[in-house]
Amino acid sequence: MELTLWTYEGPPHVGAMRIASSMKDIHYVLHAPQGDTYADLLFTMIERRGQRPPVTYTTFQARDLGGDTAELVKKNIKEAVERFKPKTLLVGESCTAELIQDQPGALAKGMGFDMPIVNLELPAYSKKENWGASETFYQLTRTLLKDKVSSSDKISPLRWKELGRRPKVNILGPSLLGFRCRDDVIEIQRILSEQGIDTNVVAPLGASPDDIKRLIDAEINICLYQEIAEASCEWLKRNFGMEYTNTIPIGIKNTIEFINEVHEKLDLPLTNKEELENKSKLPWYSKSVDSNYLTGKRVFIFGDGTHAIAAAKIAKEELGFEVVGLGTYSREMARQVRATAKDLNVEALITNNYLEVEDAMKKAAPELVLGTQMERHSAKRLGIPCSVISTPMHVQDVPARYSPQMGWEGANVIFDDWVHPLMMGLEEHLIDMFKHDFEFVDGHQSHLGHTATNKNNILNSDEKKEKNSNEGIIWTESGRAELTKVPFFVRGKVKTNTEKYAILRGIPEISDETLYDAKAYFS
Amino acid sequence: MSKVEFNKETGPREVFCGLTSIVWLHRRMPDAFFLVVGSRTCAHLIQSAAGVMIFAEPRFGTAILEEKDLAGLADAHEELDRVVNDLIERRPEIKTLFLVGSCPSEVIKLDLATVAEKLNKRFLGQVRFVNYSGSGIETTFTQGEDGALKALIPLMESSNEEKLLLVGTLANNVEDRFKKIFRNLGISNIESFPPRQSTELPKIGKNTKVLLTQPYLSDTVRDLKHRGCDIISAPFPLGIEGSTEWFLAAAKAFKISELKVHEIISPLINRAKLALESHKEILKGKRLFLLPESQLEISLARFLHNECEMDLIEVGTPYLNKDLMKEEINLLPDNTKIVEGQHVEKQLDRVRDSNPDLVVCGMGLANPLEAEGISTKWSIEMVFSPIHGIDQAADLAGLFSKPLKRNQILTSKTLVTH
Repeated sequence: MELTLWTYEGPPHVGAMRIASSMKDIHYVLHAPQGDTYADLLFTMIERRGQRPPVTYTTFQARDLGGDTAELVKKNIKEAVERFKPKTLLVGESCTAELIQDQPGALAKGMGFDMPIVNLELPAYSKKENWGASETFYQLTRTLLKDKVSSSDKISPLRWKELGRRPKVNILGPSLLGFRCRDDVIEIQRILSEQGIDTNVVAPLGASPDDIKRLIDAEINICLYQEIAEASCEWLKRNFGMEYTNTIPIGIKNTIEFINEVHEKLDLPLTNKEELENKSKLPWYSKSVDSNYLTGKRVFIFGDGTHAIAAAKIAKEELGFEVVGLGTYSREMARQVRATAKDLNVEALITNNYLEVEDAMKKAAPELVLGTQMERHSAKRLGIPCSVISTPMHVQDVPARYSPQMGWEGANVIFDDWVHPLMMGLEEHLIDMFKHDFEFVDGHQSHLGHTATNKNNILNSDEKKEKNSNEGIIWTESGRAELTKVPFFVRGKVKTNTEKYAILRGIPEISDETLYDAKAYFS
Repeated sequence: MSKVEFNKETGPREVFCGLTSIVWLHRRMPDAFFLVVGSRTCAHLIQSAAGVMIFAEPRFGTAILEEKDLAGLADAHEELDRVVNDLIERRPEIKTLFLVGSCPSEVIKLDLATVAEKLNKRFLGQVRFVNYSGSGIETTFTQGEDGALKALIPLMESSNEEKLLLVGTLANNVEDRFKKIFRNLGISNIESFPPRQSTELPKIGKNTKVLLTQPYLSDTVRDLKHRGCDIISAPFPLGIEGSTEWFLAAAKAFKISELKVHEIISPLINRAKLALESHKEILKGKRLFLLPESQLEISLARFLHNECEMDLIEVGTPYLNKDLMKEEINLLPDNTKIVEGQHVEKQLDRVRDSNPDLVVCGMGLANPLEAEGISTKWSIEMVFSPIHGIDQAADLAGLFSKPLKRNQILTSKTLVTH
């Protein structure tokens, strides 16, 4: 039993709903009690969908439990098939139905329908949403393509040459309630088509079961979101020999690497290598003098595996930030996140507990947080600017405008979204120069309206706790006075560093001089 | 009783379960904690309905059952013990802890009553434990509050003092208004259940006169009756008419003359009627379809027809307690079609066929209906907004006139959706 106040991921059947809702001509009969329909509002409210998820809930009640819940399942399946006429039927159960073991999938298969039926067994008491989405997409792919396994030759990535046409690829993984998937797909298709590569199928987003059957018309698969598509890509590789890409094209370097990887796999010469660097404004914006102030900014990153890893790389290599924390709630990608964290000399935080994330954030004293909707709230409480880079998300993270994360335009969007919450470059220099003038307003800032009023909180609210946590270190009057002269946006960092220094040197009381000693020591 | 048409329907439903009522209950009693014993689905449901993220640490949470908890019940009880200990250590300010049963905990027959009893002994004088079920297999949406209140009744001491007891969660400002009006009427001893602090439970007995503020408290009413309380029969205080009848019924129980009531509330009524005018202009003659969710549907239908002159196509309700709703049903126009229960697909067919001007429904259905060109009002807003009383009548009407007004502004009836 695990006490949870808030969870990053929903149960696995919500993952299955994401796949079903992303696709066409699919219906999902979910053996579930009243109340589980709450999941519909994730799609209709967060994604502002104008269609209901294609899901029928059997809605069993306590009084049904003594009787025949299996009959109820069959009745609902029959009605759903008649009403919605799906080309493929998904059948599964939510957490409560799993306990009563009606085996709705087996029941459906015994009802004599012509259409393919996918029996989803998603263990609700051990797995979570992303796993459920991945498993559903995999089972669906397998069900629709397994007949063709033995009859097909292995697909060579070079087949396009023999066929005398442009190479074709599938883009796998984008789904509803994923982060900016809708726009990533457009961006990636645009990039591929510029390189003379055609998109065969995008799935699950917008695909029908017929499209899934056509997956093998492509030469290779683009695994765009590992959380959702890796299991399917692996199965397609094992059974049809289809190669798939490993690079996630978020950020300039990764996008270039991605293009290289696709070309290598297809044995397609890359003709416009030099042009690629100039496709996005990020490299120049990052290099321009105004961005001097970005150098060494302390950034804390937490999100799903795909976006957290990509963010770390961009932060360090493309913006010149210092990554002071990296973590994920995706246990399935813990290994990769740990490896990335190791390269960055930080310890990876793998947890589903947002309070642990908030604690780590506090300790790391970052100047920018990149996280999920929850980290946005935590950062707000701590008065730290934040940009959302990953699900779970809020309705405001499904913007009306085109705003991908991937590819060239994705890099532009990332530059803007990460830098805008910070203070503008020149402004920061000015504040630094003029901070000792008496007209200077402590806490002046143009971009962080919400923190302006509690500018002293870093000092005051933490004061009581610090006395306990920092082994009895005391701030003297002069030390405290000096600390207030430090601009608010670095005050937390200066405070931590000074205390660290005091502990190191065994100094029991921090005076103004200690502050300067520490400053010299750490510079 | 007016000639109302009653129908029953079964099938797939699109209604929240009783766990959802934690969203307003925890705000009402800030010294209480609601611990759902359930699955990740339960946790996800509450956070999706409540927007939990705005809290540093909410006063509700879920003890999520894991595979090993399902293997042996004895272990599950021990595990729950451990979770509760950790929680109380972390949150020493908790005075009452509600152990809330869920669909999975009911199906595996986790005995929360026994767990609560044991914990009560251990934390005697520090924290009180009560249990109820908010499971979807037994309760809908607002019924969760019924369960929570019923669970508190055994903790209420007996007293034969004469008092008016308002039962059902109200917004604090509305509650204050009501109390002031009752005092002006000459009723001085007024208490509320649930109280604002879980430890300040009202005493009850044979001279307690219960006035319900919400229409979803069947079990609570039954148990209050068992404790000797008098239940005042009245419509619910939504709109001018409902609130007036409600005050009158209370006054009658306290032998206060009707004249006195009118004297006190007439200025309020006149003011409210004036405020209602602009909304009525928009709502008048518009056709309304209410899907079942909050259990407030019948009272809302009565208000929107009688005071805002809307036409009622169909009034859905998750369940119907004819006894409790008697006074409301009496006020409905003849031939009102009430449908108890739901087959969501068939009901949506009827929505489309009847071409309504406004549909009251849950959040899962609202945008899809809007995309079809049908204006909607989410029912969950009714349980979060202060809508009770004469002073709030115009605000209540405003919840329904706003979507229609927006449609007028945007002129084009159908939005392009993707």
